[in-house]
Amino acid sequence: MNIMTLLGFGDKGWALWLLLGAMLTLAVTAVALVIGAILGAAVASAKLSASVPLRVLGNAYTTVFRGVPELLIIYLIYFGGSSAVTSLGQWLGYQGFLGLPSFIAGALAVGVISGSYQAEVFRGAYLAIARGELEAASAIGMPRSLRFRRIIMPQVFRLAIPGIGYVWQLSLKDSALVSVTGLVELMRASQVSANSTHQYFLFYIVGGGLYLVLTSLSDRVFTGAERHANRSMPSASMGKA
Amino acid sequence: MDLAFLSSTMLTLIAAIPMTLALFALSVSLGGMLALVVVWMRVGGNPVLAAIAKGYIFVFRGSPLLIQMFLIFYGLAQFSVIRYGPLWPLLREPFVCAVLSLALCTAGYSAEIFRGGIRAVSAKDIEAARSIGMSGPLLVRRILAPIAFRHALPAYSTEIVLMMKSTALASLVTVWEVTGVAQRLIHQTYRTMEVFLCAALIYLALNFIVLQALGLLEHRLSRHLRPVPGGR
Repeated sequence: MNIMTLLGFGDKGWALWLLLGAMLTLAVTAVALVIGAILGAAVASAKLSASVPLRVLGNAYTTVFRGVPELLIIYLIYFGGSSAVTSLGQWLGYQGFLGLPSFIAGALAVGVISGSYQAEVFRGAYLAIARGELEAASAIGMPRSLRFRRIIMPQVFRLAIPGIGYVWQLSLKDSALVSVTGLVELMRASQVSANSTHQYFLFYIVGGGLYLVLTSLSDRVFTGAERHANRSMPSASMGKA
Repeated sequence: MDLAFLSSTMLTLIAAIPMTLALFALSVSLGGMLALVVVWMRVGGNPVLAAIAKGYIFVFRGSPLLIQMFLIFYGLAQFSVIRYGPLWPLLREPFVCAVLSLALCTAGYSAEIFRGGIRAVSAKDIEAARSIGMSGPLLVRRILAPIAFRHALPAYSTEIVLMMKSTALASLVTVWEVTGVAQRLIHQTYRTMEVFLCAALIYLALNFIVLQALGLLEHRLSRHLRPVPGGR
């Protein structure tokens, strides 16, 4: 069959199918980034806290989720989550198997992984704030919550942008592994179209190309965001990282 | 906690460790060699080779490893040139395809890490070497490569740990390494948490050993940068 027909928008073409897959990849990654940001902030503050048990817990989280293959974590959350949901259903009186929706399981799994990397990004950004500024805030009698909101938050956010961009790229590529749960994101969409047409080479090349489009576009977005966030900083600190 | 189940799971998973290690060792060494070629093309001064190297790095770092692996495993078999070619007995093996795609992918990442190491070599060191008449291969061998490798080692260690985790994807092209066996056990027993704990423990232990070894190497390579014990 003609390549242009296969990659077109007609009823024999797979273009719409692949583009929808790419959209779903973006959606999974975006939800995972938000989940990861919440987890990452919590873990980073645990790692920076004065309490020893909290620090141990924070370190255990980052060691385990950065040291274990992503695929295993996806299996843990997809299969483990499904059996948890099933037993919850039985407790509520529903007999039979209940699955965790694959979008939620996938976003949660990629989010948990992304959280372990974001924790390190936030911790690094917090440590990069000049100590003098924190002391100055305390010296003029700023309460802790106000100091957090006015001094720490804006700077952590600005310093974390390059790191968040790196984590986003990682999550974008990790989200391809969510295809094992059957969620039709870009990887699974390429797989289905390759299997149904037997044009494996063509569709994996096209799928890979679409991933390249996603990664290079998001690279631009993050470079722009970094420039925007640093617009009021002396120019010497711009363009780095 | 069911100790009998945990220990039998652990034993089944431990039996798969050699496969994980084989994938890891082969792909890291092949990928490392390929990365040297790519980085040589990238910084060698020839604009055509540099553009090819840039393209290589862009493609292999910008797309997921899984799609690269599927492209090699399912995609190559489609061509009769390869199907009836001399390399087919090798390329039809899932293990070979897994190693090949892992190596190609890590070469892209490692080339960038090595390039960072080369850029960190100070111009003064190069000038000093040139001024005493050192040039070409000798300069690379004695000055550039050792200093660059030492600078690149911390980032390269991270990449090596990522590779240990990436070997898990080989299970998706039917190579039975630790993650693949774990997934099969989960399907047979539905005891996700216990199987996960055992497999996680194995990967954490492997990564710990690799990181200790690399830390030792880093320590040895920077011997001359530490103060002499007992001196001054």
